[in-house]
Parts: sequence; C-alpha cells; structure tokens
Amino acid sequence: MTLSNSISSIFGVSPIKPIQNHMAEVIKCVSKLEDFLNATFADDWVTAAEVFDQISADEQSADKLKKQFRMHMPKSLFMPVSRGDLLSIITQQDNIANLTKDICGIILGRQMAIPKALHADFIGFVGSSTVTCEKAHGAINELDELLETGFAGSEVKFVQKLIRELAAQEQKVDKKELKLRKKLFNLEADLPPVNVIFMYNIIDQIGALADTAEMIGNQVELLLAK
Amino acid sequence: MEFFTEYGTILILLAACCGFFMAWGVGANDVANAMGTSVGSKALTIKQAIMIAMVFEFAGAYLAGGEVTSTIRKGIVDSAIFQDRPEDLVFGMLSALLAAGSWLAIASFKGWPVSTTHSIVGAIVGFAAVGVSPDAVNWGKVGTIVMSWLVSPIMAGTLSFLLFRSVQHLILLQEDPFEKAKRYIPIYMFFVGFLIAMVTLLKGLKHVFKDNGMTLTFLDSAMIASVVGVLVAILGSYLLTRVKRDLSLEANNRFANVERVFAVLMIFTACSMAFAHGSNDVANAVGPLAAVVSIVASGGDITANTSMPPWILLLGGGGIVVGLATYGYKVMGTIGRKITELTPSRGFAAELGAAATVVIASGTGLPISTTHTLVGAVLGVGLARGIGAIDLRMVGSIFLSWLVTLPAGAGLSIMFFFMFKASFGL
Repeated sequence: MTLSNSISSIFGVSPIKPIQNHMAEVIKCVSKLEDFLNATFADDWVTAAEVFDQISADEQSADKLKKQFRMHMPKSLFMPVSRGDLLSIITQQDNIANLTKDICGIILGRQMAIPKALHADFIGFVGSSTVTCEKAHGAINELDELLETGFAGSEVKFVQKLIRELAAQEQKVDKKELKLRKKLFNLEADLPPVNVIFMYNIIDQIGALADTAEMIGNQVELLLAK
Repeated sequence: MEFFTEYGTILILLAACCGFFMAWGVGANDVANAMGTSVGSKALTIKQAIMIAMVFEFAGAYLAGGEVTSTIRKGIVDSAIFQDRPEDLVFGMLSALLAAGSWLAIASFKGWPVSTTHSIVGAIVGFAAVGVSPDAVNWGKVGTIVMSWLVSPIMAGTLSFLLFRSVQHLILLQEDPFEKAKRYIPIYMFFVGFLIAMVTLLKGLKHVFKDNGMTLTFLDSAMIASVVGVLVAILGSYLLTRVKRDLSLEANNRFANVERVFAVLMIFTACSMAFAHGSNDVANAVGPLAAVVSIVASGGDITANTSMPPWILLLGGGGIVVGLATYGYKVMGTIGRKITELTPSRGFAAELGAAATVVIASGTGLPISTTHTLVGAVLGVGLARGIGAIDLRMVGSIFLSWLVTLPAGAGLSIMFFFMFKASFGL
C-alpha cells in the first residue's frame, strides 16, 4: 500500500538547511586560502599543493550540494521566500568557492612569487576578505531563525544589523585592496611584467570574494522585504 | 414487510461488516493524516499518538458524531421517494458502503489521494440518482455539502493563518519568547478544552439531556464549556512548568526551547484533532449502516423516527480503534517521518485551525474531508511565511482528487446496487 494519499506529500524539503550546509562547505574552502598563501610565502610548494587539493575537494563537494539543491527546487514549491532569490544566493555562494579555487590554481600553476614587501599586506587583505565571507555565512545562518519567526520582528532587525556589518567589512577590504595595489604599483617596474599582470589579477579576484559575499548579504536583505 | 423479516438479519450483518470495514479503513489510513503532524513535529511518539487517537477518535465519534451520521443516513437521499420501495434504500446503502470501501482500497493500492467523505457521498448520490431516480437525491443538501468542501479548507486556512499570526505577535517576535510562550500558551489550551466541551454539550449530549428531562441553554453550555476550558488550561500550565530551559539547545537555534513549550500545546491540539476527526469521519462508515438498521428494524417504514441504537456508533468507533491498532500505527510512522519540516509552533496552528473547522462542520452535520481541511490549514500557516516549502502540485492533486472520486464512487455503487437487486431476485 503506497501512501501518497497522505498529508505528508505536500511538504517539500525546506530550502533553508541545504543552503546553510552549502555555505558551510564554501566557508571550509575559503578559510584555507590563508594557509595556502602562507605556504607559498614560505616557498613550501608541496604543502601548498596539498592545501590546494583540499580546497579543490571542498569546492567539488560544494558543487554537488548546489546541484542537489537545484534538483529539489521545482517551480511548484510555495515558500516564504522567492525561489529566484534562493537560487541566486546559492549561485553567489558557489562563486566564492570557485573564485578561491581559481586564485589558488593560478598561484600554484605559475609558482607565483609574491614580493616579500607585500606579504603582510597580502595576508591582511586575504584575511579581511575571508572575514567578509564569514560574515555572509553568519547572515545565512540566521535564515532558520528568520523562518521560525515568519520573517518578522526583532529577528529581521538583527539580520539587518549583520548585513550592515557585512557591508562595512567589504569596504574595509576595498581600502586594503587599494593600498595593496598602490604598493604593487610602486614595485612593478622592477618585476617581470607577466607576473605583475597576474598579481593584479589575483588581487582582483580576492577583492571579488568580498564583493560576492556582500552580494549574498544584499540577496538576504531582499528576502526580508515583504 | 415480509422481505425484511426474511432477510433482515443477513442484511444487517452485511451492512455491519461493510461498515466495520470502512471504519477499519478510516482508522488504518485516515487517522494517520490527522495525527501525522503531531508525530512529525516530534511532539508525540507514535505510541502516544495512537493512545490519544484511540481515546479521542472514539469520544468524538460517540459524543459528537451523531449529526453527520444522520446527514449520511437520511439527509442526502429524499426518503419520501423510497416510501413504497424501502428495499431499494437498503440495497443502495449497502452498495454505497461497498463501493466506497472498494474505491478506497483501490485508491490506497494505487497511491491516489482520495477521501472517505467524497467516496461515500458520491456513492450514495450515485445509487439514488441513477439506480432509482434523479428525484431521489436531495440536491439542495448535496449542494450544501459540496459547498462545504470548498469552504472548509478556506476557513481552516484563515483560522490557522490568524492563529499563527497571533503566536508571532504574542510570542515569537517578543524579546523573551520562552517566557512569553509559557504565559500565553494556556490560552490556546483553553480554546481546545472549550471547543471540545461546547460541541459535546450542544450536539453529543443533547439526547442524554432530553432523556433525563434536563435542558441547557446556549449560555449554560458556554459557561460549562468555559469551566472545562479553564480546567484544561490549568492542567496545561502544570505540564508547562515541567519544561525547563536548556541553554545548550539554543546554540544552533535560539528558538529550540520555545518549540519545546509548543510541543506541550501540541499534545492538546492533537486531542482536539482526533476528536474532530472522529466526530466527522466515523459517520462515513456508520451512516449507511444506521440507515439499513433503522429500516430493517421498523420493518420497512422509512419515515419511522427511530433513534439510532448506540451500538452503531460503538461499532464505528471500535472499527477505527482496530484499524489503528492493526495498521494505523505503521502509516502514522511513515507519515510522521515525512513531515519533519513542521515545527510544533506551526503544527499546532494548523491542527487547531483544522480541528475547529471540522468540529463546527460536525456540529452542523456537514460531512467534510479532514485531510482537505488540514491541507487548507497548512497553507494558511504557509501564507504567514511560516513553513519552509509546500509542494503546490501535490496540494492541487489532493484538492482535485474529489473530482475523480465522486463519479468513481457513484459508478461502483450503481454497479453494486443492480448486483444486489439481482442476487436477491428483485
């Protein structure tokens, strides 16, 4: 006897937990970026390659979660938040993992030596960017509490505060990026031009990590709008 | 009539078997729909849910099931037409029971979402309109019943929406939801006690009071029901004091403890749901049986105003309990495992909204679908942005199922009707 004539069939899987699990995986990925850079700064390419493998694995498992999430999001679902918003959130989240992997891939592939004078600024810049992603994770982690309250009241204000902090953090990252670019500009005449181009490229992408995190915050804010 | 003296016993036995089978089906399958939300939200274990269902389904059937039973028994068909052919009504009711029973069996086997109520109403209308004559159907009453199928989910949805909104404002959106939950939840418990007591007093015990020469005005009933409500709230408050805040649970979700408080409330709403379900759905099984028994007992006099013998409702309630005990627990487990997204704070709003709607329908004698009503209630909570995801495609197929069920029940019942007539040589 099958049981599809039951009330249980009308409940879809809530999108909240899967989107949080995906973000957790993405954060696992991006949080290894600092370890990776430290290894390359120490000229330890074996460790760097190991960390890169871990990052790749995390990126892949995030990718799998993303695909599963999309599979479970038929158009017939009636949710407290828009399906389009959720799908673009998970795309942005996945972009963070992709960017992380690309950044490490380029550095590892070219065995890119970043000038010692830039090391401290670089690590600071990457650290801030990672923190921005973690703040986006914090906002995503509030989604279950938002659902519990029915997207209303003090919980909404709390999440709005988190999103403001996220935006402020992104601006800090922007400032650090500007500073780092200026320092690199002062050194670039003495460096091989191709390397310099790729270094700018890497800086761009690390900045993009924070931008993407901020976009996730903006999307969460859209969920709050009635 | 000699026909009834000759075949009376066998006809009643046949009807009792079919009625018991239907009641068994309601217990095995339907009750799980009504109680699954409580099991799914982990407010109750399967064992507890079964115990509550057994007691309150039975109480609902026995105390408040009379009105709907009488609608099924004599409201849908026009008795006057059968005045000089009572055997047709007996065969018809037997066919309706058999048709609804077999249709439900087929549907369960195929996994189609169908309702007992729609099957039996379709079956009765079928044999009367085609087997006898279109005039044999009380179309006005049938119209009201069909209207109630549209209205009940909307009403339950509205009630549940408002209930959940009130919970949001009183509890969830406050600074200290745990304390607020403990303070306000007894009010909802009061409503549960009041609702059950009121329907029981107004409908179920009417005949008992009449026999004892007692009369209660509406106001008297409301007073007594309020007292019952207060007693229920006091019992609930005592149970609530035993819920202690466990901060370690709040690491992942700050509302974990609030939900534990709501879980206590859900025990009460589960009782009301089982009571409501018993009061409405048992009639589907025992209504036709009651018709057969009264005609046979009066020797074919349809208009004789015989009151329904109590053993009929007992048989219906008993059938449900047996259905629960033999198969229902399995179904409830499966459904409970699937409903994991409904937390107690939502599950209670859906259950109470649905239970109130069903109980009111029972009081007015309208046979409605408990499952449809509950689906409407869940949608109401969903509209208040309270539920993660509801699959509208499934909702649609559940709501549309009655469009198929009505002609299917009718067709089967027409077939059985002519088979019965032929086999009894009439």
